[in-house]
Amino acid sequence: METLEGILAEHPFAKDLDKRYLALLVGCAANVRFDPGQFIFREGKEAKQFYLIRHGKIALEVFAASAGEITIMTLGAGEVLGWSWLFPPYQWKFDARAVETSLAIALDAQCLRTKCEADHDLGYELLKRFAFMVEQRLDSTRLQLLNAYEFHA
Amino acid sequence: MPEIPVAAAPPHPMIPAPFCVQRVHREAPDTVTLELKPAKGGAAIAFAPGQFNMIYVFGVGEVPMSITGNPAQTDILVHTIRSVGAVSGALGKLKRGDIVGIRGPFGSNWPLEEAGGKDIVLVAGGIGLAPLRPVLYHILSNRAKYGDVFLLYGGRTPHDLLYKKELQRWRSQSSFQVEVTVDRAPASWHGTVGVVTTLVRKVALNPRRVVAVICGPEIMMRFTVREIERRGIARSQIYIFMERNMKCAVGFCGRCQFGPNFICKEGPVFRADRILPLLAIREL
Repeated sequence: METLEGILAEHPFAKDLDKRYLALLVGCAANVRFDPGQFIFREGKEAKQFYLIRHGKIALEVFAASAGEITIMTLGAGEVLGWSWLFPPYQWKFDARAVETSLAIALDAQCLRTKCEADHDLGYELLKRFAFMVEQRLDSTRLQLLNAYEFHA
Repeated sequence: MPEIPVAAAPPHPMIPAPFCVQRVHREAPDTVTLELKPAKGGAAIAFAPGQFNMIYVFGVGEVPMSITGNPAQTDILVHTIRSVGAVSGALGKLKRGDIVGIRGPFGSNWPLEEAGGKDIVLVAGGIGLAPLRPVLYHILSNRAKYGDVFLLYGGRTPHDLLYKKELQRWRSQSSFQVEVTVDRAPASWHGTVGVVTTLVRKVALNPRRVVAVICGPEIMMRFTVREIERRGIARSQIYIFMERNMKCAVGFCGRCQFGPNFICKEGPVFRADRILPLLAIREL
């Protein structure tokens, strides 16, 4: 049977992560599964975990009374869901809902923050990985905002 | 096995030949695909994927339009048109039996010869799928000639996606990987939401044996090239599709001049390392 450490090591977020840090992460990790339509978190609630998606598709949504549910983006295998756990007040800014049956590794936020405070090298390593992901998402958001298709013919 | 179509040149580049509308298919609220046949026993047009025609709506004006049909099927000429101006708007209102003038084909073609034996990733944004569709037809007719093929297609919303039935068919055939995303979607859309560059991160590209062809709005192509380069793929392996206002389509008038290039003649398909540096010069 595949161990949690093995599953974690295969995720792109943990690629080339020092074994020592991998072991620290495993101590905060659990396998989770979400059914289609199931909410993973809701806007305004406490961000107690983040997720390394292994399989499936998860939508980040926002609800507007005038427009209903609007999907901001979808995330799939190999991607990371959630960074609100990193910054006070540790509250989700969007809803996350499984579009398909989805498998993920959930990492406990309090557990990980405590370990990062105790070992700044681990904290720096994780922050570098999150910063890279945030930079990619920012890049995508900028392109999305440019609305490039509007006048293209 | 069909030969790789070579870029063709029209016998009379400045004289429009009459073509008759055979079929109009509405792809999206503002986009139609027209199937045309030569009127009065005129000659059919052979083309290479990537080439374009000048379409003349009599009494309105003339616009360049990519040829979007199957290069192996020369008896019918196919154009997909999004209505954004006076001429394209008029094209969008044509009915079966209407006559338009066609000059062409013009311009350079996608690098199908160079891509032989290699993997190909096609990245299309919005109406940019139209000039790439002939490449897909050619690949499907010559599947053994190419390695892994990926079609990454991004649209504004689910309603704006082109060729929906064909996308489904290409997906189910699974002789190549098809990934589709939209920038914005209601919750009823069960597909992927995000810009097309996010798809580049999701496919397994081998930098040593892949050719990338990109077509879409210029800003989308610039972002996409950057994302592809992040995957270790050299600019010399990337081709983009340039657009500028064109008039004569044969390099006489200079209307589409872009630095040392005439887009109508040296383009519209360019190798990225030869054209991208010019895109950074605002004065051009």
